[in-house]
Amino acid sequence: MKVVIVDTGVANISSVKFAFERLSISPLVSSNAELIQQADRVVIPGVGSAPHAMKMLRQKGLVSVLKVLKQPVLGICLGMQLLYETLEEGGLHVEGLGVLKGKVTLLNTETSPSPHMGWNKLSFNKSDGLLNGIREGSYVYFVHSFAAAISNYTLAKTSYGTDFSSIVKKNNIYGCQFHPERSSKVGATILENFMKIKK
Amino acid sequence: MLAKRIIPCLDVLNGQVVKGVQFKNHKVVGDIIELASRYAQAGADELVFYDIGASVNNKLISNDWVSKVSQSIDIPFCVAGGINSVKAARERLAAGADKISINSPAIHRPELINELTDSFGKQCVVIGIDSFQEEDQHRVKSFTGDPNKTKETGITTSEWVEEVTSRGAGEIVLNCMNKDGVKTGYDIDQLSSIREICTVPLIASGGAGTIQHFIDVFNKANVDGALAASVFHKSLINIHNLKQELSNSSIEVRL
Repeated sequence: MKVVIVDTGVANISSVKFAFERLSISPLVSSNAELIQQADRVVIPGVGSAPHAMKMLRQKGLVSVLKVLKQPVLGICLGMQLLYETLEEGGLHVEGLGVLKGKVTLLNTETSPSPHMGWNKLSFNKSDGLLNGIREGSYVYFVHSFAAAISNYTLAKTSYGTDFSSIVKKNNIYGCQFHPERSSKVGATILENFMKIKK
Repeated sequence: MLAKRIIPCLDVLNGQVVKGVQFKNHKVVGDIIELASRYAQAGADELVFYDIGASVNNKLISNDWVSKVSQSIDIPFCVAGGINSVKAARERLAAGADKISINSPAIHRPELINELTDSFGKQCVVIGIDSFQEEDQHRVKSFTGDPNKTKETGITTSEWVEEVTSRGAGEIVLNCMNKDGVKTGYDIDQLSSIREICTVPLIASGGAGTIQHFIDVFNKANVDGALAASVFHKSLINIHNLKQELSNSSIEVRL
């Protein structure tokens, strides 16, 4: 099965690539539109700033490509946030891919330190193949300051000051706010499940 | 609820994991990949690698072992040592590091923190602070990797914490130097006072000797994570047992 990790330029791509390699899958890291369109699975990784990432996708002509993908797609962290219509960052309104309706805003952590950094629990909202074999309350690794609110897309939520969407789904499109590539066995199971999702 | 993090720290010198007492007399304790994998399997929440020779010898850490670590483990890790530019940071992150930690170069040129945050987002920019107590003042030291090159900066630790967070640091590792390697417990007083002013995650470093020390630092100083080296390298504390004990003391941990 062909997995393409979209080369967003700013992302921490190697660790995502290595996570698939630990599952004996050899993903391709590419920003080539044709390769992305032909892939069986597309992963949009990401750490870093949203304006930077969207600028990169625009420069590489990938916005229109990523918007209409029909195969299973997984956005990770910033990659998940880019799926939304708008990202509010540092007073800016950054236009995202708009595959998911709504916006990504600064997470209100109340009295807790920000960014939200570390291992936190998944609490399930809906059942889905992506969650097969994952126990309610499993810990996964988060590193982020921004988040998407709970919505119809929410498969799992997490609480840090405020509840937010930690896993979302719309048709073939999935997003994880945490880093499955750094979430030990739970993360590996989620990536395995993603590989098993039927087209 | 966010779990408290247990973070083994691996000091790297000439490509091997070493440990000294109060930053001196380093002894080799093992191979990087072997130790990293062992800690990840034992339940460590995160790892930190400090190339303690890089900053003082003005050289950059090699990317080879960063990639190898990233391939071998499925928990996050942070890389520190001599990262003094956006380019150097980008190379570490591209090799698979999840975060980069800056210490002496940030003291030398604080704007570097803003540049790193603008380029990569604050979540992967960690500031390491070596804080030394003299009389009743805590002050920041730089180039602590080599006792002959260590410098007094004249800055108080609390001033520096406020400056680095205002410049966009995403996390602070506070190394209380007077406690380093002596296993008499974390510096609860200092960590508590820094916790009061620190709006980003705060990691305690220096002084861990017993499981009770970890319980105390989480309960009394409310830090987000506790970093330790020798108690893990010398197998004085088993990470799984430690986390079980923390959990028994009603401290939220990932088991």
